[in-house]
Amino acid sequence: MSDQDNNKQEYNITVYTENQIGLLNRIAIIFTRRKINIDSLNTSPSEIESIHRFNIVITESEDVVRKLARQIEKQIEVLKVYFHTNEDVIWQELALYKLSTDVIAERVSVERLLRENGARVVVIRKDYTVFETTGHREETDNLIKILQPYGLIEFVRSARVAIIKDSEGFNSKLREFERLEPGEDVMENKYLNKGQKVFSM
Amino acid sequence: METQAITQEISEPAAENAKPLTKEVSGSVALLEALIVEGVDTVFGYPGGAIMPIYDALYDYNDKLNHVLVRHEQGGIHAGQGYARTSGKVGVVFATSGPGATNLITGLADAQIDSTPLVCITGQVFAHLLGTDAFQETDVINITTPVTKWNYQVTDANEIPEVIAKAFYIAKSGRPGPVLIDITKNAQIQKFKYEGYTPCNHIRSYRPKPIVRTEYIQQAAELINQAKKPFIIWGQGVILGSAEQEFKAFVEKSGIPAAWTILGAGAIPSDHEQNVGMLGMHGNYGPNVLTNECDVLIAIGMRFDDRVTGRLDKYAKQAKVIHLDIDPAEIDKNVKTTVPVWGDCKETLPMLTAAIEQKKHNDWLNKFNEYTQKEVEAVIYDELNPASGEMTMGEVIKQLNDITKGETVIVSDVGQHQMVACRYAKLNNTRSNVTSGGLGTMGFALPAAIGAKFGAQDRTVVAVIGDGGFQMTLQELGTIMQSGVNVKIIILNNHFLGMVRQWQELFNERRYSFVDIQSPDFVMVARGYGIEGKSISERADLAGSLKEMLDHNGSYLLEVIVTKENNVFPMVPQGCSVSEIRLK
Repeated sequence: MSDQDNNKQEYNITVYTENQIGLLNRIAIIFTRRKINIDSLNTSPSEIESIHRFNIVITESEDVVRKLARQIEKQIEVLKVYFHTNEDVIWQELALYKLSTDVIAERVSVERLLRENGARVVVIRKDYTVFETTGHREETDNLIKILQPYGLIEFVRSARVAIIKDSEGFNSKLREFERLEPGEDVMENKYLNKGQKVFSM
Repeated sequence: METQAITQEISEPAAENAKPLTKEVSGSVALLEALIVEGVDTVFGYPGGAIMPIYDALYDYNDKLNHVLVRHEQGGIHAGQGYARTSGKVGVVFATSGPGATNLITGLADAQIDSTPLVCITGQVFAHLLGTDAFQETDVINITTPVTKWNYQVTDANEIPEVIAKAFYIAKSGRPGPVLIDITKNAQIQKFKYEGYTPCNHIRSYRPKPIVRTEYIQQAAELINQAKKPFIIWGQGVILGSAEQEFKAFVEKSGIPAAWTILGAGAIPSDHEQNVGMLGMHGNYGPNVLTNECDVLIAIGMRFDDRVTGRLDKYAKQAKVIHLDIDPAEIDKNVKTTVPVWGDCKETLPMLTAAIEQKKHNDWLNKFNEYTQKEVEAVIYDELNPASGEMTMGEVIKQLNDITKGETVIVSDVGQHQMVACRYAKLNNTRSNVTSGGLGTMGFALPAAIGAKFGAQDRTVVAVIGDGGFQMTLQELGTIMQSGVNVKIIILNNHFLGMVRQWQELFNERRYSFVDIQSPDFVMVARGYGIEGKSISERADLAGSLKEMLDHNGSYLLEVIVTKENNVFPMVPQGCSVSEIRLK
């Protein structure tokens, strides 16, 4: 293994964006172009109206992650990108498990196992029951192993969501974005056709 | 910002005096109005089914917008690039859906990597047909996403003024780049209540330039003041930022030798005494070798492309690196920076100039000159002044310099002739070197030269093209014929795909695999398009023919048969350090 590989660890990339069709693709190709696998991706409206939040998990070195973050932040509709190691965030994944209700009813040990693993019942039907659990990957994985012998019918897990331990939220930052740099004097646009001196940024 | 009244009367001529604002117009008209307010005078394009409503509206705008009908959309977008590069304005390109749009891809990729401001308008099928595999439907937004700074699909005419305003703002601000707006046919036709056009000057999620951090300016100035062997390397950022004067002031006060990347050429004149030449694989000897000897490397508006740096882990390791760039993603991307000077160099350079001491670095500058002397003896003299044998590419450029005195715009294609043209062309002015730097797009030069001339009507535009590249886009001779644009074309014909042949000679044991390309009679082809031309193979005819070409009233094609197996030297072989540059 190279040094680069040795320095690899999970990073949680948090991206605040406008809600724009096609932006998911624009962000995704920043990873795929560099042949970097996305371990987990969650996108959802944030606490601020019209602002979306991406949580992306990849396993890479800090140097690579920093460069990726800058490339993401360069996209027009991206407001801000943060990246953190697992130590810097609180994170959870949600998992749903479907089992036969008959099995649950007949075998008490299942219920005990569920309780021990912090699972909750979401729905009980005559023929099936759905449980949910939240936690880290190992925890939700563990419950799969435990339930397999009891005829686990279906399982699904969400992407990771992560809260940054050391953050003030995005509200004040957004206000800054809206206020800062109203840009150059717009009048210059009119003079674009006046020759050499016009290209100003 | 006041809104602009529409300039073209469409549906209600009688109402013009009464109420110019707020009227029903089509999306197509709103688009053309937007272009006019943005100062667009020239559009390069090609019509087709899905963009017909825009072309129908264009019929009434003939007096305000000069539409240049190209022969292929790739030619259209390269022309847009050439226009943007010489004029400093945003190049505008029209294309239809499907194949029209996909033909733009090469140009978009080229503009993206070379930071050229473009707004491309593509027609798209009716919104209700999206996703149905309709005739000439392509998912243009997704195809173009990796090669555009921004793109957007318009399906409702009401969006057009705001979207076009954003498109121009994004294309030209910050680090410029190509923007593509895909407009469905229904939105082009749809009438809506038009309330004028307001240019955009702020997008909350977009920071065109980072805020200048004065502490970095101070740190950079200290490094520069203490440096014994400082070295400036500059790129196109100086030109894109219109910071040529600021850059010159910095160079002259600092007394530091300065070298350029291929796209930075011309930002200060070729014969400026501190201009020590070109960087990179086929750059000059001194700038490459001494990159690995300088103590402070000051990179301005350049991005450490692999063709400039050679092997990265042996690149300027001894030096402290100051990097001025408008794009934060470029800082530390390839070369670790000691002091990052974020910001627009038009702002940061004067701050830096004010903070540094006036100095001379004569001994250090002389070292560059010593290397230049070695290069002249080993390479340059013979390339530019061959006494006998077949003509060389270099002597053609030299003869051109002697006649034009460095006042022309040189547009080059890609390959050996490009390296020769960039190395030897004398440039007195900025925005005089148009070439495909990052993408290396063969076929770029002919259409780009057409655009370059439209962008700089009072200047002479000379396209220097190889026999291979010319055949990639020679259909644009038709554009020259029809538009009457005056472009001088020099084909340097060595009967080979020369650069690949050079590599095959040096690295593949002369296994010349598919590089011996045959050409048509170029002069006869040109004549077919009504363009005067001449082919020469004798040295005695060169100067006179160049003069004849330049003096000719209108476009002219001069084919020069040059020696077949010349190599471009110096050369930093791939995978080698810049200091391992070879003179032969």
